[in-house]
Amino acid sequence: MKTLLRKVLPHPILTLVLWGVWLLLNNTVGAGHIVLGLILAILIPWLTSGFWPEKVRIQSPLTLLKFLGVVLWDILVANMAVAKLILGRNKNLKPGFFYIDLDIETPLGISLLANTISLTPGTVSCDLTKDRKRLLVHALHIEDIPATIKEIKERYEAPLKEVFTAC
Amino acid sequence: MFEWVLSTLIIIGAFFTLVGSIGLYKLPDFFMRLHGPTKATTLGVGALLIASALYFSFKIDDISLHEVLITVFLFITAPVSAHLMAKAAIHIKLKQVDRTQNKMNSTTTR
Repeated sequence: MKTLLRKVLPHPILTLVLWGVWLLLNNTVGAGHIVLGLILAILIPWLTSGFWPEKVRIQSPLTLLKFLGVVLWDILVANMAVAKLILGRNKNLKPGFFYIDLDIETPLGISLLANTISLTPGTVSCDLTKDRKRLLVHALHIEDIPATIKEIKERYEAPLKEVFTAC
Repeated sequence: MFEWVLSTLIIIGAFFTLVGSIGLYKLPDFFMRLHGPTKATTLGVGALLIASALYFSFKIDDISLHEVLITVFLFITAPVSAHLMAKAAIHIKLKQVDRTQNKMNSTTTR
């Protein structure tokens, strides 16, 4: 039974996401679209499963939700901070590059972390080393590099690591 | 009252989008300019989209959630394009402001 379900739904999360996106795109929850969306959401992952060798598993959904909340809040704060920096004088800005040593190993976790870094506190992720161990980050204004690295690791990397572990 | 909320959201959105564009214009080097569009704009567009969702939800008496998708796609694509541009810029050794800490001049990005 379980293997059959595996075969029909190789990527259950992808199926759910596709279904949701379909309903949002059509902006309805009419019965017809629910069925059509469901058919597509089952067929597409099945047909494209060759392109998704990696199985995604979410370990603790609650941590993920909490993480999303934190990130949304930080985006809000980061926007104001960056707006202030942009409107201030260029001379006072102290841009800089720094490397973050990564603890996460899953590709999805790393890409989510890089995305989060780009969206939040005045930092843009620039490059990932080939061995996927270090992430190069550029900051618009940075005073204390070790403290920033520590904050990113504690605030974003730790929850992501908890949610997406290799399996 | 409802119109006040909408107008506030639209003004906030317009303000942050404008700040993003100002950043693109006045910041001294490429890497710093990248920060404008990735951040200031997300909140700007976000606020505009919330206003749009609210307006259409009330106007047609039906929840309008298209806008959620736009927000999600924006949040997914903005960092990716910024990352690609930054990577390319490092690769061709684009010049960086002198006071940049840990400048990337050599081809250190293995």
